[in-house]
Amino acid sequence: MTTRTNIVVIDHRAANIHSVAKALARFGVEPCVSNSAADLARADGAVLPGVGAIDAAMRNLERLGLVEPIREFVASGRPLLGVCLGMQLLFPRSEEGDLPGLGLVDGAVVRFADDVPDPTGQGRLKVPHMGWNSVNFTDAARKHPVFQRVPQGSYFYFVHSYYCRPARDADIAATTGYGIDFCSAVIKGEIVATQFHPEKSGVVGLRIYENFVKYVGERSTARSH
Amino acid sequence: MLTRRIIPCLDIDGGRVVKGTSFVNLRDAGEPAELAALYDREGADELVFLDITASSDERQTMVDVVRRVSAQVFIPLTVGGGLRSVEDMRRMLEAGADKVAVNTAAVNRPGLIEEGATEFGSQCIVLAMDVKRVASPVEVARLGDEPVVAEAPWQVYTHGGRRPTAMDPVKWARLGVSLGAGEILVTSMDADGRRAGYDLDLLAAISQAVDVPVIASGGAGNPEHLYDALVTGRSDAVLAASIFHFRTITIPEVKAYLAERGVPIRPATAG
Repeated sequence: MTTRTNIVVIDHRAANIHSVAKALARFGVEPCVSNSAADLARADGAVLPGVGAIDAAMRNLERLGLVEPIREFVASGRPLLGVCLGMQLLFPRSEEGDLPGLGLVDGAVVRFADDVPDPTGQGRLKVPHMGWNSVNFTDAARKHPVFQRVPQGSYFYFVHSYYCRPARDADIAATTGYGIDFCSAVIKGEIVATQFHPEKSGVVGLRIYENFVKYVGERSTARSH
Repeated sequence: MLTRRIIPCLDIDGGRVVKGTSFVNLRDAGEPAELAALYDREGADELVFLDITASSDERQTMVDVVRRVSAQVFIPLTVGGGLRSVEDMRRMLEAGADKVAVNTAAVNRPGLIEEGATEFGSQCIVLAMDVKRVASPVEVARLGDEPVVAEAPWQVYTHGGRRPTAMDPVKWARLGVSLGAGEILVTSMDADGRRAGYDLDLLAAISQAVDVPVIASGGAGNPEHLYDALVTGRSDAVLAASIFHFRTITIPEVKAYLAERGVPIRPATAG
Protein backbone atom coordinates (compact mmCIF):
# COMPACT_ATOMS: atom_id res chain seq x y z
CA MET A 1 0.00 0.00 0.00
CA THR A 2 1.37 3.41 -0.85
CA THR A 3 0.58 6.61 0.94
CA ARG A 4 0.80 10.10 -0.42
CA THR A 5 4.02 10.78 1.47
CA ASN A 6 6.28 11.97 -1.29
CA ILE A 7 9.94 11.17 -0.71
CA VAL A 8 12.56 11.86 -3.35
CA VAL A 9 15.79 9.87 -3.45
CA ILE A 10 18.18 12.35 -5.00
CA ASP A 11 19.76 10.53 -7.94
CA HIS A 12 23.24 11.80 -8.60
CA ARG A 13 24.42 8.45 -9.95
CA ALA A 14 25.61 7.15 -6.58
CA ALA A 15 25.76 3.38 -6.41
CA ASN A 16 23.57 3.03 -3.31
CA ILE A 17 20.41 4.76 -4.55
CA HIS A 18 18.81 1.40 -5.36
CA SER A 19 19.21 0.04 -1.83
CA VAL A 20 17.91 3.29 -0.35
CA ALA A 21 14.86 3.17 -2.62
CA LYS A 22 14.23 -0.48 -1.74
CA ALA A 23 14.47 0.30 1.98
CA LEU A 24 11.92 3.13 1.66
CA ALA A 25 9.65 0.94 -0.42
CA ARG A 26 9.33 -1.41 2.57
CA PHE A 27 7.43 1.26 4.46
CA GLY A 28 4.57 2.11 2.21
CA VAL A 29 6.05 4.88 0.13
CA GLU A 30 6.83 4.63 -3.52
CA PRO A 31 10.09 6.57 -3.49
CA CYS A 32 10.71 8.86 -6.42
CA VAL A 33 14.29 8.30 -7.57
CA SER A 34 14.93 11.52 -9.41
CA ASN A 35 17.52 14.05 -10.48
CA SER A 36 14.93 16.70 -11.20
CA ALA A 37 14.79 19.95 -9.21
CA ALA A 38 11.06 20.10 -9.89
CA ASP A 39 10.51 16.73 -8.17
CA LEU A 40 12.54 17.92 -5.21
CA ALA A 41 10.54 21.14 -5.02
CA ARG A 42 7.34 19.07 -4.71
CA ALA A 43 8.72 16.53 -2.22
CA ASP A 44 7.74 16.24 1.44
CA GLY A 45 11.09 14.65 2.30
CA ALA A 46 14.32 13.73 0.58
CA VAL A 47 17.19 11.31 0.93
CA LEU A 48 20.65 12.31 -0.22
CA PRO A 49 22.60 9.06 -0.67
CA GLY A 50 26.14 8.70 -1.89
CA VAL A 51 29.23 6.55 -2.06
CA GLY A 52 32.54 7.13 -3.79
CA ALA A 53 34.49 10.31 -4.40
CA ILE A 54 33.16 13.63 -3.08
CA ASP A 55 34.26 15.85 -5.99
CA ALA A 56 32.58 13.51 -8.47
CA ALA A 57 29.36 13.71 -6.43
CA MET A 58 29.50 17.53 -6.15
CA ARG A 59 30.19 17.82 -9.87
CA ASN A 60 27.15 15.65 -10.59
CA LEU A 61 24.96 17.72 -8.27
CA GLU A 62 26.16 20.90 -9.99
CA ARG A 63 25.74 19.49 -13.49
CA LEU A 64 22.22 18.37 -12.64
CA GLY A 65 21.41 21.80 -11.23
CA LEU A 66 20.59 20.36 -7.80
CA VAL A 67 22.84 22.38 -5.49
CA GLU A 68 20.53 25.36 -5.03
CA PRO A 69 17.35 23.24 -5.02
CA ILE A 70 18.78 21.11 -2.18
CA ARG A 71 19.63 24.26 -0.20
CA GLU A 72 16.14 25.65 -0.84
CA PHE A 73 14.60 22.34 0.16
CA VAL A 74 16.39 22.43 3.52
CA ALA A 75 15.66 26.13 4.02
CA SER A 76 11.95 25.39 3.57
CA GLY A 77 12.06 23.17 6.66
CA ARG A 78 11.39 19.82 5.02
CA PRO A 79 13.22 16.73 6.32
CA LEU A 80 16.40 15.60 4.56
CA LEU A 81 18.18 12.34 5.35
CA GLY A 82 21.85 12.23 4.28
CA VAL A 83 23.58 8.87 4.10
CA CYS A 84 27.34 8.18 4.04
CA LEU A 85 28.80 10.48 1.36
CA GLY A 86 25.41 12.20 1.49
CA MET A 87 26.32 13.27 5.05
CA GLN A 88 29.77 14.48 4.02
CA LEU A 89 28.28 16.50 1.15
CA LEU A 90 26.39 18.62 3.70
CA PHE A 91 29.63 20.17 4.95
CA PRO A 92 31.37 23.17 3.36
CA ARG A 93 34.63 21.38 2.59
CA SER A 94 36.42 18.03 2.62
CA GLU A 95 40.05 17.04 2.67
CA GLU A 96 39.16 14.54 -0.04
CA GLY A 97 38.24 17.07 -2.68
CA ASP A 98 38.76 20.58 -3.98
CA LEU A 99 35.17 21.57 -4.63
CA PRO A 100 33.12 23.25 -1.93
CA GLY A 101 30.32 21.14 -0.44
CA LEU A 102 26.71 22.14 0.20
CA GLY A 103 27.64 24.01 3.38
CA LEU A 104 24.44 23.13 5.24
CA VAL A 105 26.27 21.99 8.40
CA ASP A 106 29.32 23.90 9.63
CA GLY A 107 32.59 22.04 10.00
CA ALA A 108 34.81 19.94 7.76
CA VAL A 109 35.35 16.43 6.47
CA VAL A 110 38.75 14.94 7.30
CA ARG A 111 40.58 11.68 6.62
CA PHE A 112 41.25 8.97 9.18
CA ALA A 113 44.93 8.93 10.16
CA ASP A 114 46.88 6.09 8.55
CA ASP A 115 49.07 5.29 11.52
CA VAL A 116 46.66 4.45 14.33
CA PRO A 117 47.50 1.19 16.13
CA ASP A 118 44.78 -1.46 16.12
CA PRO A 119 43.74 -1.93 19.76
CA THR A 120 42.42 -5.44 19.07
CA GLY A 121 45.37 -6.86 17.22
CA GLN A 122 48.68 -6.35 15.58
CA GLY A 123 49.28 -3.65 13.03
CA ARG A 124 47.37 -0.49 12.25
CA LEU A 125 43.72 0.34 11.84
CA LYS A 126 42.82 -0.07 8.21
CA VAL A 127 41.46 2.79 6.15
CA PRO A 128 38.71 2.60 4.90
CA HIS A 129 36.78 1.93 8.06
CA MET A 130 34.68 -0.93 6.68
CA GLY A 131 32.25 -3.14 8.53
CA TRP A 132 29.84 -3.11 11.46
CA ASN A 133 30.55 -0.75 14.33
CA SER A 134 28.50 0.43 17.29
CA VAL A 135 26.87 3.84 17.41
CA ASN A 136 26.40 5.87 20.58
CA PHE A 137 23.65 8.40 20.25
CA THR A 138 23.51 11.65 22.20
CA ASP A 139 20.59 12.23 24.57
CA ALA A 140 19.09 14.70 22.11
CA ALA A 141 19.35 12.20 19.24
CA ARG A 142 17.70 9.49 21.30
CA LYS A 143 14.66 11.75 21.63
CA HIS A 144 14.56 12.47 17.89
CA PRO A 145 11.73 10.73 16.00
CA VAL A 146 14.12 9.29 13.39
CA PHE A 147 16.11 7.37 16.02
CA GLN A 148 13.19 5.95 18.02
CA ARG A 149 13.42 2.25 18.93
CA VAL A 150 17.08 2.22 17.89
CA PRO A 151 18.89 0.80 20.93
CA GLN A 152 21.91 2.67 22.25
CA GLY A 153 25.10 1.04 20.97
CA SER A 154 23.40 -0.64 18.00
CA TYR A 155 25.69 -1.88 15.24
CA PHE A 156 25.53 -0.32 11.79
CA TYR A 157 27.44 -0.93 8.57
CA PHE A 158 30.12 1.62 7.63
CA VAL A 159 32.34 2.08 4.57
CA HIS A 160 34.34 5.32 4.51
CA SER A 161 37.83 6.79 4.66
CA TYR A 162 36.77 10.31 5.67
CA TYR A 163 34.62 11.46 8.55
CA CYS A 164 32.72 14.63 9.42
CA ARG A 165 33.89 17.03 12.09
CA PRO A 166 31.03 19.43 12.87
CA ALA A 167 32.08 22.86 14.12
CA ARG A 168 29.39 22.80 16.80
CA ASP A 169 29.03 19.96 19.29
CA ALA A 170 25.28 20.59 19.27
CA ASP A 171 25.11 19.23 15.70
CA ILE A 172 26.66 15.88 16.69
CA ALA A 173 23.94 13.24 17.06
CA ALA A 174 26.13 10.17 17.54
CA THR A 175 29.71 9.03 17.81
CA THR A 176 31.55 5.82 16.93
CA GLY A 177 34.98 4.60 17.97
CA TYR A 178 37.64 3.82 15.38
CA GLY A 179 40.96 4.91 16.81
CA ILE A 180 39.19 8.13 17.73
CA ASP A 181 35.55 8.85 18.55
CA PHE A 182 34.26 10.33 15.33
CA CYS A 183 30.90 11.88 14.56
CA SER A 184 28.75 9.14 12.99
CA ALA A 185 25.49 11.11 12.76
CA VAL A 186 24.36 14.73 12.75
CA ILE A 187 21.06 16.45 13.39
CA LYS A 188 20.61 20.07 12.45
CA GLY A 189 17.13 21.47 12.12
CA GLU A 190 15.32 19.17 9.72
CA ILE A 191 18.56 17.56 8.54
CA VAL A 192 19.40 14.10 9.84
CA ALA A 193 22.48 12.42 8.42
CA THR A 194 24.36 9.22 9.14
CA GLN A 195 27.86 8.19 8.17
CA PHE A 196 26.73 4.56 8.29
CA HIS A 197 24.38 2.90 5.82
CA PRO A 198 21.00 2.25 7.49
CA GLU A 199 19.88 0.52 4.28
CA LYS A 200 22.65 -2.04 4.77
CA SER A 201 22.34 -2.46 8.53
CA GLY A 202 19.62 -5.07 8.79
CA VAL A 203 16.55 -4.69 10.97
CA VAL A 204 17.82 -1.82 13.10
CA GLY A 205 18.86 0.14 10.01
CA LEU A 206 15.46 -0.34 8.38
CA ARG A 207 13.88 1.12 11.50
CA ILE A 208 15.57 4.44 10.69
CA TYR A 209 13.91 4.45 7.26
CA GLU A 210 10.60 3.46 8.83
CA ASN A 211 10.95 6.33 11.31
CA PHE A 212 11.98 8.75 8.59
CA VAL A 213 8.96 7.89 6.43
CA LYS A 214 6.67 8.44 9.40
CA TYR A 215 8.42 11.66 10.36
CA VAL A 216 8.16 13.06 6.84
CA GLY A 217 4.44 12.29 6.86
CA GLU A 218 3.92 14.01 10.20
CA ARG A 219 5.92 17.07 9.23
CA SER A 220 4.04 17.31 5.97
CA THR A 221 0.70 17.21 7.78
CA ALA A 222 1.91 19.77 10.33
CA ARG A 223 3.01 22.17 7.59
CA SER A 224 -0.28 21.98 5.75
CA HIS A 225 -2.23 23.04 8.86
CA MET B 1 34.56 -1.00 18.12
CA LEU B 2 34.74 -2.29 14.56
CA THR B 3 33.69 -5.93 14.51
CA ARG B 4 34.99 -8.83 12.45
CA ARG B 5 32.57 -10.05 9.82
CA ILE B 6 31.06 -13.50 9.33
CA ILE B 7 30.07 -14.05 5.71
CA PRO B 8 28.14 -17.01 4.31
CA CYS B 9 28.87 -17.68 0.65
CA LEU B 10 26.18 -18.92 -1.73
CA ASP B 11 27.15 -20.57 -5.01
CA ILE B 12 24.48 -19.93 -7.61
CA ASP B 13 23.94 -21.98 -10.76
CA GLY B 14 21.07 -21.10 -13.05
CA GLY B 15 19.47 -18.95 -10.35
CA ARG B 16 19.56 -21.70 -7.70
CA VAL B 17 21.74 -22.26 -4.66
CA VAL B 18 23.98 -25.26 -5.29
CA LYS B 19 26.21 -27.28 -2.95
CA GLY B 20 23.42 -29.11 -1.23
CA THR B 21 21.95 -27.57 1.84
CA SER B 22 20.21 -29.31 4.68
CA PHE B 23 17.75 -26.74 5.84
CA VAL B 24 14.59 -28.18 7.18
CA ASN B 25 12.92 -24.91 8.07
CA LEU B 26 12.91 -23.41 4.62
CA ARG B 27 10.25 -24.02 2.04
CA ASP B 28 12.87 -23.94 -0.68
CA ALA B 29 16.53 -24.02 0.38
CA GLY B 30 17.55 -23.67 -3.25
CA GLU B 31 15.94 -20.26 -3.49
CA PRO B 32 18.70 -17.69 -2.93
CA ALA B 33 16.40 -15.05 -1.43
CA GLU B 34 15.04 -17.47 1.18
CA LEU B 35 18.44 -18.66 2.25
CA ALA B 36 19.78 -15.10 2.29
CA ALA B 37 16.88 -13.95 4.47
CA LEU B 38 17.55 -16.79 6.91
CA TYR B 39 21.23 -15.91 7.20
CA ASP B 40 20.30 -12.26 7.69
CA ARG B 41 17.94 -13.22 10.54
CA GLU B 42 20.67 -15.32 12.09
CA GLY B 43 23.11 -12.42 12.14
CA ALA B 44 25.25 -12.81 9.00
CA ASP B 45 27.23 -9.59 8.57
CA GLU B 46 27.34 -9.75 4.82
CA LEU B 47 26.58 -12.18 1.99
CA VAL B 48 28.64 -13.27 -1.00
CA PHE B 49 26.98 -14.70 -4.11
CA LEU B 50 29.17 -16.48 -6.61
CA ASP B 51 27.67 -17.11 -10.02
CA ILE B 52 29.11 -20.42 -11.14
CA THR B 53 26.86 -20.65 -14.19
CA ALA B 54 29.04 -21.80 -17.03
CA SER B 55 27.09 -20.12 -19.79
CA SER B 56 27.17 -16.37 -20.12
CA ASP B 57 23.67 -16.59 -21.67
CA GLU B 58 22.40 -17.10 -18.15
CA ARG B 59 23.93 -13.94 -16.75
CA GLN B 60 20.52 -12.28 -16.66
CA THR B 61 19.40 -15.02 -14.27
CA MET B 62 21.98 -13.80 -11.77
CA VAL B 63 20.81 -10.21 -12.16
CA ASP B 64 17.30 -11.40 -11.26
CA VAL B 65 18.65 -13.26 -8.23
CA VAL B 66 20.41 -10.12 -6.99
CA ARG B 67 17.27 -8.09 -7.54
CA ARG B 68 15.13 -10.55 -5.57
CA VAL B 69 17.61 -10.84 -2.71
CA SER B 70 18.27 -7.11 -2.37
CA ALA B 71 14.56 -6.33 -2.12
CA GLN B 72 14.37 -8.55 0.97
CA VAL B 73 17.76 -8.53 2.61
CA PHE B 74 19.29 -5.31 3.86
CA ILE B 75 22.89 -6.24 4.59
CA PRO B 76 25.87 -5.82 2.24
CA LEU B 77 25.81 -8.09 -0.82
CA THR B 78 28.85 -8.98 -2.88
CA VAL B 79 28.39 -10.62 -6.27
CA GLY B 80 31.11 -12.37 -8.23
CA GLY B 81 31.52 -14.78 -11.09
CA GLY B 82 31.98 -14.00 -14.76
CA LEU B 83 32.15 -10.22 -14.45
CA ARG B 84 34.37 -8.98 -17.26
CA SER B 85 33.57 -5.31 -17.79
CA VAL B 86 32.39 -2.15 -16.10
CA GLU B 87 29.02 -2.76 -17.76
CA ASP B 88 28.81 -6.24 -16.17
CA MET B 89 29.57 -4.62 -12.81
CA ARG B 90 27.00 -1.89 -13.34
CA ARG B 91 24.23 -4.41 -14.03
CA MET B 92 24.91 -6.13 -10.71
CA LEU B 93 25.19 -2.88 -8.75
CA GLU B 94 21.98 -1.52 -10.27
CA ALA B 95 20.24 -4.78 -9.43
CA GLY B 96 21.16 -4.15 -5.78
CA ALA B 97 24.66 -5.54 -5.18
CA ASP B 98 26.91 -3.36 -3.02
CA LYS B 99 30.19 -4.82 -4.21
CA VAL B 100 31.39 -6.85 -7.15
CA ALA B 101 34.16 -9.43 -7.01
CA VAL B 102 36.53 -9.91 -9.92
CA ASN B 103 38.90 -12.83 -10.31
CA THR B 104 39.99 -14.32 -13.66
CA ALA B 105 38.99 -11.24 -15.64
CA ALA B 106 41.23 -9.07 -13.44
CA VAL B 107 44.20 -11.42 -13.89
CA ASN B 108 43.69 -11.27 -17.64
CA ARG B 109 43.28 -7.50 -17.58
CA PRO B 110 44.24 -5.80 -14.29
CA GLY B 111 42.96 -2.49 -15.70
CA LEU B 112 39.46 -3.77 -15.01
CA ILE B 113 40.04 -3.14 -11.29
CA GLU B 114 41.02 0.45 -11.99
CA GLU B 115 38.07 1.02 -14.31
CA GLY B 116 35.64 -0.35 -11.75
CA ALA B 117 37.15 1.66 -8.90
CA THR B 118 37.08 4.87 -10.94
CA GLU B 119 33.48 4.33 -11.96
CA PHE B 120 31.99 3.05 -8.69
CA GLY B 121 34.59 3.69 -5.98
CA SER B 122 37.08 1.31 -4.40
CA GLN B 123 34.54 0.23 -1.78
CA CYS B 124 32.65 -1.55 -4.57
CA ILE B 125 35.55 -3.59 -5.92
CA VAL B 126 36.62 -6.87 -4.33
CA LEU B 127 39.63 -8.66 -5.76
CA ALA B 128 39.01 -12.39 -5.35
CA MET B 129 41.83 -14.85 -5.85
CA ASP B 130 42.17 -18.64 -5.80
CA VAL B 131 45.52 -19.65 -4.37
CA LYS B 132 47.44 -22.93 -4.16
CA ARG B 133 50.60 -23.75 -2.28
CA VAL B 134 53.59 -24.54 -4.45
CA ALA B 135 54.46 -28.12 -3.44
CA SER B 136 58.16 -27.75 -4.09
CA PRO B 137 60.15 -24.77 -5.29
CA VAL B 138 59.08 -24.08 -8.84
CA GLU B 139 61.84 -23.67 -11.35
CA VAL B 140 60.95 -20.67 -13.42
CA ALA B 141 64.23 -20.23 -15.33
CA ARG B 142 67.87 -21.29 -15.48
CA LEU B 143 70.97 -19.18 -15.06
CA GLY B 144 73.70 -21.34 -16.54
CA ASP B 145 73.35 -24.55 -14.58
CA GLU B 146 71.62 -22.89 -11.62
CA PRO B 147 67.85 -23.21 -11.43
CA VAL B 148 65.99 -20.00 -10.62
CA VAL B 149 63.08 -20.87 -8.39
CA ALA B 150 60.00 -18.85 -7.64
CA GLU B 151 60.27 -17.34 -4.18
CA ALA B 152 56.62 -17.31 -3.37
CA PRO B 153 55.26 -20.36 -1.61
CA TRP B 154 51.92 -19.81 -3.35
CA GLN B 155 50.53 -19.40 -6.84
CA VAL B 156 47.37 -17.70 -8.10
CA TYR B 157 45.02 -19.85 -10.19
CA THR B 158 42.28 -18.67 -12.51
CA HIS B 159 39.22 -20.15 -14.24
CA GLY B 160 37.72 -21.47 -11.03
CA GLY B 161 41.03 -22.94 -9.94
CA ARG B 162 41.70 -24.85 -13.14
CA ARG B 163 44.49 -22.76 -14.62
CA PRO B 164 47.76 -21.87 -12.86
CA THR B 165 49.43 -18.51 -13.34
CA ALA B 166 52.95 -17.37 -12.47
CA MET B 167 51.54 -14.82 -10.04
CA ASP B 168 52.45 -14.52 -6.37
CA PRO B 169 49.23 -13.82 -4.42
CA VAL B 170 50.93 -11.34 -2.10
CA LYS B 171 52.22 -9.26 -4.99
CA TRP B 172 48.92 -9.61 -6.81
CA ALA B 173 47.06 -8.35 -3.74
CA ARG B 174 49.38 -5.32 -3.51
CA LEU B 175 48.98 -4.57 -7.20
CA GLY B 176 45.21 -4.99 -6.96
CA VAL B 177 45.01 -2.52 -4.08
CA SER B 178 47.20 -0.01 -5.91
CA LEU B 179 44.76 -0.27 -8.84
CA GLY B 180 41.81 0.43 -6.56
CA ALA B 181 40.57 -2.85 -5.06
CA GLY B 182 38.85 -2.10 -1.76
CA GLU B 183 38.96 -5.63 -0.35
CA ILE B 184 40.78 -8.90 -1.01
CA LEU B 185 38.94 -12.23 -0.89
CA VAL B 186 41.50 -15.01 -0.57
CA THR B 187 40.50 -18.62 -1.15
CA SER B 188 43.00 -21.35 -0.38
CA MET B 189 42.43 -24.16 -2.87
CA ASP B 190 44.44 -26.53 -0.66
CA ALA B 191 42.21 -25.90 2.33
CA ASP B 192 38.90 -25.50 0.51
CA GLY B 193 36.44 -28.31 1.21
CA ARG B 194 38.73 -30.11 3.66
CA ARG B 195 37.26 -28.51 6.77
CA ALA B 196 40.67 -28.60 8.44
CA GLY B 197 41.20 -24.87 8.83
CA TYR B 198 42.15 -21.89 6.71
CA ASP B 199 45.65 -21.37 5.28
CA LEU B 200 46.79 -19.06 8.08
CA ASP B 201 50.25 -18.30 6.66
CA LEU B 202 48.70 -17.17 3.39
CA LEU B 203 46.14 -14.98 5.16
CA ALA B 204 48.72 -13.38 7.43
CA ALA B 205 51.07 -12.72 4.50
CA ILE B 206 48.36 -10.94 2.53
CA SER B 207 46.89 -9.10 5.53
CA GLN B 208 50.30 -7.68 6.36
CA ALA B 209 50.94 -6.70 2.76
CA VAL B 210 47.82 -4.59 2.18
CA ASP B 211 45.90 -1.89 4.04
CA VAL B 212 42.44 -2.96 2.88
CA PRO B 213 40.30 -5.63 4.55
CA VAL B 214 41.08 -9.28 3.81
CA ILE B 215 38.34 -11.93 3.70
CA ALA B 216 39.49 -15.47 4.48
CA SER B 217 37.95 -18.30 2.48
CA GLY B 218 38.41 -22.04 2.26
CA GLY B 219 38.82 -24.57 5.05
CA ALA B 220 36.29 -23.74 7.74
CA GLY B 221 35.27 -26.85 9.68
CA ASN B 222 34.66 -25.57 13.20
CA PRO B 223 34.47 -22.27 15.09
CA GLU B 224 38.11 -22.45 16.13
CA HIS B 225 39.13 -22.34 12.47
CA LEU B 226 37.31 -19.04 12.10
CA TYR B 227 38.97 -17.74 15.25
CA ASP B 228 42.39 -18.71 13.91
CA ALA B 229 41.74 -17.01 10.57
CA LEU B 230 40.74 -13.79 12.35
CA VAL B 231 43.50 -13.78 14.95
CA THR B 232 46.51 -15.71 13.63
CA GLY B 233 45.58 -15.06 10.00
CA ARG B 234 44.78 -11.41 10.82
CA SER B 235 41.77 -11.46 8.54
CA ASP B 236 39.06 -8.86 8.86
CA ALA B 237 36.31 -11.22 7.79
CA VAL B 238 35.75 -14.96 7.37
CA LEU B 239 33.74 -16.56 4.64
CA ALA B 240 32.30 -20.05 4.81
CA ALA B 241 29.81 -22.05 2.79
CA SER B 242 29.20 -25.68 3.63
CA ILE B 243 29.49 -25.47 7.43
CA PHE B 244 26.65 -22.96 7.39
CA HIS B 245 24.62 -24.62 4.63
CA PHE B 246 24.81 -28.04 6.31
CA ARG B 247 24.20 -26.53 9.77
CA THR B 248 27.45 -28.05 11.03
CA ILE B 249 27.58 -24.82 12.98
CA THR B 250 25.21 -21.92 12.86
CA ILE B 251 26.08 -18.24 12.71
CA PRO B 252 24.81 -17.57 16.25
CA GLU B 253 27.01 -20.41 17.53
CA VAL B 254 30.06 -19.08 15.71
CA LYS B 255 29.42 -15.57 16.96
CA ALA B 256 28.94 -16.68 20.55
CA TYR B 257 32.17 -18.67 20.39
CA LEU B 258 34.20 -15.79 18.92
CA ALA B 259 32.77 -13.24 21.35
CA GLU B 260 33.60 -15.57 24.23
CA ARG B 261 37.20 -15.64 23.05
CA GLY B 262 37.40 -11.86 22.89
CA VAL B 263 36.97 -11.25 19.16
CA PRO B 264 34.89 -8.11 18.49
CA ILE B 265 31.65 -9.40 16.98
CA ARG B 266 28.28 -7.88 16.20
CA PRO B 267 25.83 -9.80 18.40
CA ALA B 268 23.82 -12.29 16.36
CA THR B 269 20.55 -11.02 17.77
CA ALA B 270 20.77 -7.42 16.68
CA GLY B 271 18.43 -4.54 17.38
